[in-house]
Amino acid sequence: MAKEKKTRSLRIMNMHIPYHIVMIIWSFIAAFPLYFLLINTFKVKKEIYTNFFGLPKKWTLENYQALFANSDFFAYFRNSFLVVVISLFMILLLGSLAAYALAHWRTRFSRVVYFFFVIGMMLPIKIATIRLLQIMKALNTLNTLFSLYPVYIAMGLPTAVFILTEFVHGLPGELYEAAYMDGAGRFKIWYRIVIPLIRPALATVAIYNLVPIWNDLWFPLIFITKESSKTVLLAVTRLQGQYTTDWPKVLTVLAMSALPVIALYLTMSKSFIKGLTAGAVKG
Amino acid sequence: MAAKSRTAQAFQGGKSIRPGGFYWMRYVIPALIFYVVFMAYPMLDSVRLSLYEGTAGVRQYVGLANYVRLFTDEVVSKRFWNAFFNNWIFFAYHMILQNALGITFAAILTNRTMRGRQFYQTLIFIPCTVAVLVTGYLFKIMMNPQWTKAPLEAAGLGFLVHIPSGWLGDPGTALSAVSLVSVWQWVGIPTMMFVAAFQGIDDDLIEAASIEGANAWQQFTRIRIPLIVPVIGMVAIMTFVSNFNAFDVVFAMETLDGAPDYSTDLIGTLFYRYGVAGQHPVGIPEPGVGSAISTSIFAMLLCGVVPTLIKTQGKE
Repeated sequence: MAKEKKTRSLRIMNMHIPYHIVMIIWSFIAAFPLYFLLINTFKVKKEIYTNFFGLPKKWTLENYQALFANSDFFAYFRNSFLVVVISLFMILLLGSLAAYALAHWRTRFSRVVYFFFVIGMMLPIKIATIRLLQIMKALNTLNTLFSLYPVYIAMGLPTAVFILTEFVHGLPGELYEAAYMDGAGRFKIWYRIVIPLIRPALATVAIYNLVPIWNDLWFPLIFITKESSKTVLLAVTRLQGQYTTDWPKVLTVLAMSALPVIALYLTMSKSFIKGLTAGAVKG
Repeated sequence: MAAKSRTAQAFQGGKSIRPGGFYWMRYVIPALIFYVVFMAYPMLDSVRLSLYEGTAGVRQYVGLANYVRLFTDEVVSKRFWNAFFNNWIFFAYHMILQNALGITFAAILTNRTMRGRQFYQTLIFIPCTVAVLVTGYLFKIMMNPQWTKAPLEAAGLGFLVHIPSGWLGDPGTALSAVSLVSVWQWVGIPTMMFVAAFQGIDDDLIEAASIEGANAWQQFTRIRIPLIVPVIGMVAIMTFVSNFNAFDVVFAMETLDGAPDYSTDLIGTLFYRYGVAGQHPVGIPEPGVGSAISTSIFAMLLCGVVPTLIKTQGKE
């Protein structure tokens, strides 16, 4: 009798009802604004005035159609895409080369170089904005995407060096020995052995940088005013003036700027969470 | 690095397998060039810029005059101290509320026997992947009483509406509203960091404690929290650095001026107005004053980050 009571209370305890209540409330709070964003993109212009939070009475795709018919929008998307892909590629390339060297080269000087990189993880690059603006002016890259690539590459390197050096350092030494015996040079070892083996760490670094670069507003806002060089996020800032009365259209653009990253996140949420919190977790 | 890695040993073994001198430098230089030219140098050189006045061409060395203006000039210092104070409030919301929520959620989500943890984790983290600008605009629309008064009152949630100006239009509530939106968005980051930290705790410790008769609350406060102090320190540093860096949320919800009446002006928006765009109504950027602002914040971040690192990261 007593035993039965105990197992039953344990079972109820393991249901964690109060915890579920807390988490359900927060899940609702976390998801509601995004629900609101999505459903309103399927409403016709007038319906939002009468039906603000509810599901559309009449579903429509016309907001999306209007958006895709707008060629400016494609240019913004292409720009954001280019910025992310090229910056990430360079961060991974330069970062993995430097990490390969710093994991093997162990002198007092190399430690200094390593710490010089790593300290950049703690310092926001925004502090350098005014000087960077002058540099970009001098290089004549303002109003082009070439003013953004170098900044994002520089910004991504500290974490890349930090994460990749630890990772390369943890690889078993026999691998190099064997390759070296077979006559592979150091550069060949880098691209034939190191790169394939550190792929998980490269993915972490890529995700860590992908979201902030795609979502960055600060540098495009300062460096770019020309229409054809704008990124999606920068284009979003102009919406309010552009179609002030057509809220479903505004929300459609907001949704389209957010959906690629959300979709990517939902398909690989574990590596995303790992990537986005990587900068702060030691080794 | 006391213990040599296996890699290093392997390279030490052969005669030429471990190159000496600066051989490895050729692999580091490309990264170093980008990092120095576009980050380290401009950051340090901003300190020098803060000692000059005027823009390129007519630049003039003025010593500490920009700092004197920033801290004591009637107009400029009023804006600076206002933004500085606002930024501390903004930071306090995150430090206290966001991290308390994060640690609570993490404690819940690391219960082995609880179902649906993966689902909750995924959901909590979604806002972190969306641009601040997007969530800022969204909340701005949702907080507009013109839109939300009728539907919320119909749903019995009339207390969520602030009449007549809305939460964002009232100087007394605007900063809190902006801070809460930012807390809402970023709570996933500390949550996930605390989840990782709690999962790293050795089960034997918890088991030993429960055999000794410690209840769940005692286990939490006496064992789990003390064991994750290094992570709490890291989270505190990240919160500090990122909040004195905030810009987008105010830009999206309250414009560059930190409306209404500068009540949501933060260091980020102030820096943008003085250093990049030019303060209203003159409209001429003052790189010197802007650099003085960023240098002051740089110094403050260092003063906050270094002691916290030393205190919480143990012997290392």
